[in-house]
Amino acid sequence: MISLKEVRHIAVLARLSISKKEEEKFKKDLSAILDYIEKLKKVDITETKETARPLSVKNVFRKDVAEKCVQNLLALAPETKDNYIKVRSILK
Amino acid sequence: MVLTNLTILQAHQGLKKKEFSAVELCQAHFNNIKARNKEIFAYLSLREDQALDEAKKIDDLIASGKNLPTLAGIPMAMKDNILVEGMKCTAASRILENYIAPYDATVVKKLKEHGAVILGKVNLDEFAMGSSTENSSFGPTRNPHDPTRVPGGSSGGSAAAVAGNMALGALGSDTGGSIRLPASFCGVVGLKPTYGVVSRYGLMAFASSLDQIGPITKTVEDAKIIFEAVRGKDKMDSTSMEMPETDIENLKIDNLRIGVPKEYFVKGIDPEVEKIVKSAIKKYEAAGAKIVEVSLPHTEYALPAYYIINPSEASANLARYDGIKYGFSKQEKSLLDVYLKSRGEGFGAEVRRRIMLGTYALSSGYYEAYYKRAQKVRTKVIEDFNNAFKKVDMIITPTSPILPFKIGEKIEDPLSMYLVDVYTVSINLAGLPALSVPCGQVGKLPVGLQLIGQPFKENQIFEAASFLEKL
Repeated sequence: MISLKEVRHIAVLARLSISKKEEEKFKKDLSAILDYIEKLKKVDITETKETARPLSVKNVFRKDVAEKCVQNLLALAPETKDNYIKVRSILK
Repeated sequence: MVLTNLTILQAHQGLKKKEFSAVELCQAHFNNIKARNKEIFAYLSLREDQALDEAKKIDDLIASGKNLPTLAGIPMAMKDNILVEGMKCTAASRILENYIAPYDATVVKKLKEHGAVILGKVNLDEFAMGSSTENSSFGPTRNPHDPTRVPGGSSGGSAAAVAGNMALGALGSDTGGSIRLPASFCGVVGLKPTYGVVSRYGLMAFASSLDQIGPITKTVEDAKIIFEAVRGKDKMDSTSMEMPETDIENLKIDNLRIGVPKEYFVKGIDPEVEKIVKSAIKKYEAAGAKIVEVSLPHTEYALPAYYIINPSEASANLARYDGIKYGFSKQEKSLLDVYLKSRGEGFGAEVRRRIMLGTYALSSGYYEAYYKRAQKVRTKVIEDFNNAFKKVDMIITPTSPILPFKIGEKIEDPLSMYLVDVYTVSINLAGLPALSVPCGQVGKLPVGLQLIGQPFKENQIFEAASFLEKL
């Protein structure tokens, strides 16, 4: 079971604004899913290592050279200035 | 001859023999789209002018008598989470409603090089999160076999476009069953390749240790044609790889050892589905295959492990949609409010649910209990498969425990929707190749058989699946 306080805390961590009505729905849905996931506690994993990728992958290196035109990407940003993406100021 | 009823191979032969032109083939599909898409809603956007121009160029190639690649002039549909340069790519999300793809995905580039003609972009559950295509922000896709029912998801638009004769082939993406489930529900063929053998550059990242791109087609042969065209190592996706050389000996069904996991035939499976799948297995046995009961003891833990790993990776991948770099942006006074409002209003219900779940599972104090535990259970699931493959060459199961369900039936209860993936998620956790092929129907509703192979043994799966298809 997850509390309303936790739902609000996670929403801020996840950078999601949610309405009062949605808080209740998230509480209900997430609790049901987390209850279901409790099942995993039945598996004996004391000797087991984690798997992050299903098949072994090696590091692959290449030179960090831009190949695509930066203008194409900048054109997608809501606000730009002098070849930069504009954001709200974070320092007063 | 009804051009939209052809398979890719038949269309290729017809083009080569000049029985019809590539423009006629392409136009026939657009005509069908105009007649059917209003009801089925497979397509989100079309590129009619460019497609017809490209088809014209293929006709010129045919007239010149030069070598014609198998996919040249073949009308195809592209899932709308795969980038096609200059076209909108929405992921069926409000947050990307007006996003124009700045480049081609590697799979798109390869298909274009083979001369395939992309007709348009097809519907999906928002960011590929779902099993019914009802989570699209633009409305649900309907099953061409019964429009009151779902086509499966998340590649529901891809499967419905092929099943509804609105494309000869399509690409989808599969994170936990998103190619195989809609293929099963729509009565078509769908392949999730081995993890890494198809480049994901230009596919919107969802859960990166699980995602794969693959074909949805009318026949197994067609799936193989597309798979061969798109696979291979790509410098733009460092997880991509070449398939190791295998001796392609002619697979004989009477040499095949097929495993049937007992854990897949338990409570929860529709008895009609079970009957049809078991009768398909009997056909392999009658042809001389050795049917072996195997055990995958951690099957029941695969789904809960998946629903930790998937949302955790998704919550990290979807952090890029922030209202700053591209996509929907709510212009608020503070930076934090730009994030909160852009994401809060831009993402739909299921996407937010998964981001919340993943954020919770990865948050301080919970990481060990959830994410790390799930990754260990993932190891157990992989070990189960490794043990089974000591005794058998491939494993056969139903693709889905149930028949296509009614639109609206599960959408209010997320957990019931998650349970639809119960037979498909283990394969992604283990990175294995698996294909869904139609094996019968209940009334007009198709049933799919899932063939699961060892890594890089796609050819073996194709051979075994086409045996069933040809009966």
